[in-house]
Amino acid sequence: MVEAEAELKALMVRSLKGDGAAYGELLRKLQGFLRAYYRRRIGRAAEAEDLLQETLIAMHTRRQTYDPERPFTAWLHAIARYKLIDHFRRHNRRAEDPLDDAGQLFGAQDASAVEAQLDVERMLRWLPEKTRALIRSVKIDGLSTAEAAARHGLSESAVKVGVHRGLKALGQKVGDGP
Amino acid sequence: MRTDDLIDALSAELEPAPARAVGNRLALGLAIGAVLSVAVMVLWLGVRADLMHAMRTGPFWMKFAYAFSVAALGFGLIDRLARPDGEGGVFGPLILAPLAMMIALAFYQMIEAPDDQRMALMMGGSSQVCARNIVVLSLPIFLGLFWSLRELAPTRLTLAGAVAGVVAGAVGTVVYALHCTENAAPFVAIWYTLGIAAMGALGALLGRALLRW
Repeated sequence: MVEAEAELKALMVRSLKGDGAAYGELLRKLQGFLRAYYRRRIGRAAEAEDLLQETLIAMHTRRQTYDPERPFTAWLHAIARYKLIDHFRRHNRRAEDPLDDAGQLFGAQDASAVEAQLDVERMLRWLPEKTRALIRSVKIDGLSTAEAAARHGLSESAVKVGVHRGLKALGQKVGDGP
Repeated sequence: MRTDDLIDALSAELEPAPARAVGNRLALGLAIGAVLSVAVMVLWLGVRADLMHAMRTGPFWMKFAYAFSVAALGFGLIDRLARPDGEGGVFGPLILAPLAMMIALAFYQMIEAPDDQRMALMMGGSSQVCARNIVVLSLPIFLGLFWSLRELAPTRLTLAGAVAGVVAGAVGTVVYALHCTENAAPFVAIWYTLGIAAMGALGALLGRALLRW
């Protein structure tokens, strides 16, 4: 958390000066935290992903409201939380006020989720490009078979077979798979 | 759209963000509104004929100091509330200080005055139009501030709207004080405050609908 604050803040300060590379790095780091944050609070992965993108855009268009004198994580958490409450309101659900703080956006659980995600990415590199893309769509991005088929221009059965073979190959590679 | 593509697009179009953008944006909206407000006051009500003389008297500066200090403290507050993680901090309770001083001064004048003059101290000659005029003169400033806030990122919308309303009301009161010839503290404490409070209530009502982002 403290480490995340120092690192993310440094990237944000460079981003505010117009450093596009630092900004890209910052957003890529943030998407892991934000995805974990929204997925734990919203069941549907596609809905959580939409909200994640909306949050990144909101953060982008209102980035001038960040005051470098103040903690970056608190600023981002306030935006993420506001977007979550707004999402509940829009969908006429009980607009409960999530009683969380910045620690929960950048907490240990999320960090381990991000690390797990990194491990998966590393393992996926063992697979051929095409299979890797399929697994990513279905198992990580949470698309349905039909959505993944449309995205990759394949038939649904080809998607199923590809994912199945890829997972089997990964299982063998890791050694304790089926 | 894939999130990775979105991130690439956002970082490709990145431009440097100006420093002190929040305060400047709010000041711009406020200034545009204030210019309009002065124009409305001059054309509709007119500047008081004895302005030059009045500027050498205490009551003029009492009214000015009251409205101006509420406006300045409110501006400090809204500059914080326009940020997602903004909290009022010291400005929150401090904004009540000018009101408390105004009420104390009003009570002092009431106690000092002879019985038969107290009503006049409170009602003056324009009590029926004072608060209404302040509201009318505050509206352009109110619109200017809301226009600014819509580009920013308040997360407590009702509170941000209310404070923007109070700032608009206080600046509108500064403008109105260039027309109004009332001199008594009880009058100011009642009717000026009523105009400012009405603007605060309007802002609180509209904040949630107009400041969403």
